Amino acid sequence: MSTTTGMEQFHQTFFEESLEGLDLMESALLNLDAGAVDAEMINSIFRAAHSIKGGSATFGFTALADFTHVLETLLDEVRDGSRDVSQGLVALLLRAVDALRELVAAAQGGAAVDQAAVDVLQAQLRAELGQGGGEATAATVATAAAAGGWRIHFRPHPDILRTGNDPLRILRELADLGELRVRLDDSALPEWPALDPESCLLGWDLELHAEVERAAIDEAFAWVADESTLTIEPLAAPQQDPAVDAASDPTVAGELVAERRRTDRRQSEDRRGSAATADASSIRVGTNKIDALINMVGELVITQSMLGQIGESLSLGATESQIEKLCDGLAELERNTRELQESVMRIRMLPISFAFNRFPRLVHDLGGKLDKQIDLRLSGENTELDKTVMEKISDPLVHLVRNAIDHGIETPEVRTAAGKPAVGTLHLDACHQGGNIVIEISDDGAGLNREKILGKAVERGVVSDDEVAEMTDEKICDLIFQPGFSTVDAVSDVSGRGVGMDVVRRNIQSLGGSVEVHSQQGKGSRFIIRLPLTLAILDGQLVRVGDQIYIIPLVSIIESLQAREELINLVAGMAEVYRLRDDYLSVIRLHRLFNIQADTENLTEGLLVVVEGDGQKAGVFVDELLGQQQVVIKSLESNYRRVEGVSGATILGDGSVALIMDVPGLIRLTNAPSLDAARKSA
Amino acid sequence: MTQAMTTTERTSGGPESGDDASNQFLTFSLANEEYGVDILRVQEIKGWTPVTIIPNAPDYLKGVLNLRGTIVPIVDLRMRFNLDTVEYTPTTVVIVLSLVTEGRERTFGIVVDAVSDVLNIAATDIRPKPDFGTAVDADFINGLATVGDHMVMLLDIDCLLRPDEIREITSAGSE
Amino acid sequence: MATILAVDDSTSMRQMVSFTLKGAGYDVVEAADGEQALAMARGKQVNLVLTDVNMPKMDGITLIKNLRTLPNYKFTPMLMLTTESAANKKQEGKAAGATGWIVKPFNPEQLLATIKKVLG
Repeated sequence: MSTTTGMEQFHQTFFEESLEGLDLMESALLNLDAGAVDAEMINSIFRAAHSIKGGSATFGFTALADFTHVLETLLDEVRDGSRDVSQGLVALLLRAVDALRELVAAAQGGAAVDQAAVDVLQAQLRAELGQGGGEATAATVATAAAAGGWRIHFRPHPDILRTGNDPLRILRELADLGELRVRLDDSALPEWPALDPESCLLGWDLELHAEVERAAIDEAFAWVADESTLTIEPLAAPQQDPAVDAASDPTVAGELVAERRRTDRRQSEDRRGSAATADASSIRVGTNKIDALINMVGELVITQSMLGQIGESLSLGATESQIEKLCDGLAELERNTRELQESVMRIRMLPISFAFNRFPRLVHDLGGKLDKQIDLRLSGENTELDKTVMEKISDPLVHLVRNAIDHGIETPEVRTAAGKPAVGTLHLDACHQGGNIVIEISDDGAGLNREKILGKAVERGVVSDDEVAEMTDEKICDLIFQPGFSTVDAVSDVSGRGVGMDVVRRNIQSLGGSVEVHSQQGKGSRFIIRLPLTLAILDGQLVRVGDQIYIIPLVSIIESLQAREELINLVAGMAEVYRLRDDYLSVIRLHRLFNIQADTENLTEGLLVVVEGDGQKAGVFVDELLGQQQVVIKSLESNYRRVEGVSGATILGDGSVALIMDVPGLIRLTNAPSLDAARKSA
Repeated sequence: MTQAMTTTERTSGGPESGDDASNQFLTFSLANEEYGVDILRVQEIKGWTPVTIIPNAPDYLKGVLNLRGTIVPIVDLRMRFNLDTVEYTPTTVVIVLSLVTEGRERTFGIVVDAVSDVLNIAATDIRPKPDFGTAVDADFINGLATVGDHMVMLLDIDCLLRPDEIREITSAGSE
Repeated sequence: MATILAVDDSTSMRQMVSFTLKGAGYDVVEAADGEQALAMARGKQVNLVLTDVNMPKMDGITLIKNLRTLPNYKFTPMLMLTTESAANKKQEGKAAGATGWIVKPFNPEQLLATIKKVLG
């Protein structure tokens, strides 16, 4: 095989569309499972396998191509109706989908494949097909070359032109092989008036004086063999060449093929190596989004040239109307810039279905494993969010869904006994609310066990006996997000393997989001996750401490207030708490925490910004509140490192850098125990 | 509707291997000593501008600057080398360098007294660092070169921001 | 230079085909399924159609059948991209009016050689 220069650039696209195809196969297979066999669904499954096979063969991913070939053959039988869809077959096909995902990942340069498992599965697919292993490689039928050349009788059918075939093209091809003697047979041509120019009424007798294989001639006529009368015979009697032509010896040919495969594989591995280091993550974008962007840039260019013109005329002395125009232009520019920014952000947005799509499979497998019947409902799948946010929220979502199936939804017996329908319902929903995406995971299962949680909390010293009486249901539910808090007595195989709800909450918070739970014992639970749509920008409140400006995310801010002397309490000597109505806030002194000089150290002279994070409230003490603005989030880590209490940085209008506060991090930095002490002393 | 082709080749941004017989060094002065850095590591030279303080960072880390949209930490080299600190003057400059630590390229700036020269120093003229006698921790020095009548200490800039100092604090952090 | 309509629901295959043909100087228009291809062929006369067989909405064979009914596509060469296993597809395609086929997998050189052969 000649080198396929430049093919690497299509690999990433191939991987992405293969994985999309596999997702599609999976969800279609799961639907088949539910008993709905519909022809178009089978077709789409087949098509996905077919595309992966074609692509992998073209791009040289042999292992992938071989595996998909067997799968495709099996699916083809399902498609033409010669094979019924059984539960067993669906299960087998689902496993094949998993194996293909691994193979794609391996081709992509990821983890090594469990080759043994893949081989076993491939053998099972073959067995299902009724064909044993060791499928013979299709070898071209070897034909000897005729020593003297070939005589060809070629009479195309009149309709041959209607398939776009041109007999002259074939003659040209033959002429390329060697000396071609042509005799035209126009005996079938009618008189001119009767001539149909769209029909081919000519025929040819050809003599090809060249030592070529019969196959070469067959190939030239391959497309028209059915549309013509054709005989091909050797010019002289065929002579058997004593020295066997390598290509005509099937065993030698077989070895050649095998040898070639090895080199191909090596080449593709080399290519993979280089692709893996580049690790280019990419995103497929709808053309409408790009078009919107192009339009926006167009407007921006117009505005810019308009401002340029005004600028020129201003140098000659500005009139009032020109200044007015300038202001209009600037307003326009501001609007364009904002829209452009939004459009660019939108490019990174994907529908949440990318994250939701894995759940039908998960629910199917897990439900089967635990003998639970679950009706999974998805809604709001088209709600868009940033690709990065989606990638990072995926694991927490899986954790919550697993929990809901494992601990939430009961077995059919228990449900029936409790007077509930045997089939439990698990609902995943997503929607936009302001600048956030809200994801809800609700089930109609057992709900959280209030007593068990409280018992555990007291046992662990998270809450004292006195506090128990005052705790609202909401607060009790929230306890499950405490570190090391798991009410499951035995660690089950399905969930609760080390990772707790505290990790789920922390991961969500690290994305600038929040999670809360509502639950009613016996009726079910509802987890509500709020996330920013993007990690690239946030709405921030600028605050000043001394000569430094910090940004507090607006989502974390509840209110700002001027501290009153009588509401300040000093607990245990140093820690300060502030009484806000019925609650106590720990006071976060940024100047102390960050070791900088503030205007004042007197709480009543500055401002308290009341924030909430990690389910706790706190008052951040600052000198002054400045404006609110949308800021672009920059990483401190790319050149430095993560800094505690700081989630990132941004660049202000004057070009200076301002740090963005990580509110839960700040609260963690200040000593929380002081709060409990304050509550007790109050 | 053709899609833009992604270029898979990337020009290497890493340090040069130094096969050449002669390398160019940017030299600068710091407390009356001359130091040199491989010029291929120098991104730009700019005047001192106020920085944004990073909380609880080592003293020598003056803060961060905005360098065309990226946030770049600025190291005071006198403080890094435990030399006497001086007031910044109009000649005080920041040399922006790229370093490689833990396989990752980072950009940072160093504050020095003044930039001196660009010198060609032949590899054969570079002597190994002595075990003693330098005012500066020998860990930061790659070698010594004598140019004319004075000595230039060639810095190993990858050691200026050490992995243990730039590694993420993971104790209470997320992830 | 000739204009070729490349039809494939697989983006990577379509990009590969398009890239190869453009590299050889052909103009290429792309479509992701038969319906789209039919609309494009109606809007712009192309000199050759290169189509995948298995596609959503309208498959390659139906596309060819439909194109052949258009007066300006009566004699236009139309090639199918098929796999070896689908021998019956070749016959079906021929019956629908396909000029010929290119067997997948193919490499860029093979593709160009065939296209050159057909377009002369």
